Amino acid sequence: MGSKSAKIVALCGNPNCGKSSLFNDLTGLKQKISNIPGTTIEQKTGFFSIDGSEYELIDTPGTYSFHAKSKDEEVALELFTEGHPKRPDVIVYVADAHNLKRNLFYFSQLADLKIPMVLVLNMIDVSEASGIEIDVTRLQEELGIPVIKTNARRGIGIQELKQAINGSEFVSHLQFGDNSGDDIALRYQRLNVLIGKVQTQKTKRQLFTERIDPIFTHPLWGYLIFLSFLLIIFQSVFWLAEYPMQAIEFGFDKLGAFLLDVMPANWFRSLIVNGIVAGLAGVVVFIPQIAILFFFMGLLEDTGYMARVSFIMDKILRGLGLSGKSIVPLISGVACAIPAIMATRNIENWKDRIITILVTPLMSCSARLPVYTLLISVAVPDTYLLGIFGLKGIVLLIMYVIGTVGSLIAALVFKWIIKQTHVNYFIMELPIYHPPRWKNIGTQVIQKSKSFVTEAGKIILIVSVVLWFLASYGPNTENEKLLSVTETNEIENSYAAKFGKSIEPVIKPLGFNWKIGIALLTSFAAREVFVGTMSTIYSIEDENDLVNIRKKMMTEKDPDTGKPVYSLAVVMSLMIFYAFAMQCISTLAVVYKETKSLKWPLIQLAYMTTLAYVASFIVFQLMR
Amino acid sequence: MLLADIKKGDMVVIKRVKPGAIKDKLMEMGCVPGTPVYLSLKAPLGDPLAFNIDGYFLSMRKAEAAQIEVEYVETDGE
Repeated sequence: MGSKSAKIVALCGNPNCGKSSLFNDLTGLKQKISNIPGTTIEQKTGFFSIDGSEYELIDTPGTYSFHAKSKDEEVALELFTEGHPKRPDVIVYVADAHNLKRNLFYFSQLADLKIPMVLVLNMIDVSEASGIEIDVTRLQEELGIPVIKTNARRGIGIQELKQAINGSEFVSHLQFGDNSGDDIALRYQRLNVLIGKVQTQKTKRQLFTERIDPIFTHPLWGYLIFLSFLLIIFQSVFWLAEYPMQAIEFGFDKLGAFLLDVMPANWFRSLIVNGIVAGLAGVVVFIPQIAILFFFMGLLEDTGYMARVSFIMDKILRGLGLSGKSIVPLISGVACAIPAIMATRNIENWKDRIITILVTPLMSCSARLPVYTLLISVAVPDTYLLGIFGLKGIVLLIMYVIGTVGSLIAALVFKWIIKQTHVNYFIMELPIYHPPRWKNIGTQVIQKSKSFVTEAGKIILIVSVVLWFLASYGPNTENEKLLSVTETNEIENSYAAKFGKSIEPVIKPLGFNWKIGIALLTSFAAREVFVGTMSTIYSIEDENDLVNIRKKMMTEKDPDTGKPVYSLAVVMSLMIFYAFAMQCISTLAVVYKETKSLKWPLIQLAYMTTLAYVASFIVFQLMR
Repeated sequence: MLLADIKKGDMVVIKRVKPGAIKDKLMEMGCVPGTPVYLSLKAPLGDPLAFNIDGYFLSMRKAEAAQIEVEYVETDGE
């Protein structure tokens, strides 16, 4: 063509066809994720060259049909409209050879666009193992475009594919559809004729999938297997992540101490150390948990197991206004609501998706864990039930149960409130099982973790800086040569304290004093900031010094009554408040981004705050 | 006969998909007249169901399966 700019190649195919692996094999590490201009929809692009020609590869969302079912697909498919600046020069269509006919349906729609195409037959090993033989030469003749066999898992056929892309100028000479009312049936009729010519079923062997699925979807074993997977995932998320998290905290502590040492004592040092470094630590510390969660979710998704979970959970969740597909976000919510809400994109039904988004933050996320740990150690006695079950552990478990039950009940309520605007259906492919594509899962873990850090990180950082200001400055200290109140240990005089005192009348019925009020405010950055705030309020140097924070909290007496401030009633009320309240700006931002409206994050903020207030009120009034 | 009513071991062929909001979606997924189908799995509470649609597995709720009319395969040589 003589043009120096890279030619555009679009990678298309059904979900589960092995498209992502092929994308990685073609581009290696030369890939980036960016938003489609003017939208928040992410698109993966990569670059590669063949014999000196440059190509830009665009990954399109895996879909079964050219007719968009969701807003995301709609925007992504605009790529193919005439005159679009990124309209592809070549389409590489990836088809699962094991299920050629259904895979070629979307192909037939793209082929009718008459853009040059290359057809890739992936997973040829699986199809051959189940006795299906495909005559590639014949298929190539019938279609008039290059057909390449690949095994993306083993990187076979990648060189041939690159050569085919480089020489590609062939459009399919078959016309499949006519855009009439019978378009879909007509396409399948013509595909049947085509398949009849090129495919032979030699022997019929029962697939591994068909042997194992009766166990994975068994009324007893199915749920037990799912529960054991959950157990393994949670164990890993909490215990495995413990060590890297400690290392990260240690690193940031050292960094903070180092900066305190080398920088002159002024407001700027305070901003850097108490605002920015502390804020960054709050984001980075969650990476291990989130990466581990993404890894397991990716593993279950990639092997095909997750579809079975949706299948066995659908009936149960449907009664609650959710769908089988809500299970992934709900489970992910135990680590962090942000990736969980991003995962709701797989739910096609608008109502199911909105309800899932609204209730997911009630699942006990990992940011609540440090809060619970501190509060339980302050007020729950160190006794054992039946000699083995520690009461502290039981209370912690109850907090998780409260979160889960709370989200399910909230879903049930929203089911009655929110109107159904679209037909509610559940139509989902059960892909055949694959051994995990490790490279694929690894890339996904890295990309998703990165996107968490940038998305949530920005907000947490900004809020941390604002909170640092509110907690460090007060109306009385402004003139004292910019000396911040934290350095004079006078948080009582800060703007944050003013806020805490001003809301005290409102939170008094819940058993909270103004100091807790400050913590409620700062927790908006991230819930675990509660612990840091408590340590600032009780002027404890090392915020990881739980023992000392606990001691101060346990010994604090109410100046009027002389009774301990942190009684069991106050602590339980506070934990219930943290269980239900929407104290996470990042989550609200993600909800705004995903629903593209302010309405839903505001509804979420309102209902969760009300729920937290009422529940805490009841707990405190009953227990006092 | 409706797809929602078939039993394990029944070999059926799709006759037609009833008109409605999900007709196109079902047909795009391969549920077109003439396609051989059998019941592959039932979820623990009897719903949803998973069918083998001419070689691949598609799950749907009973409500969706009730939109598809099927008939028994005429077996040759009987």
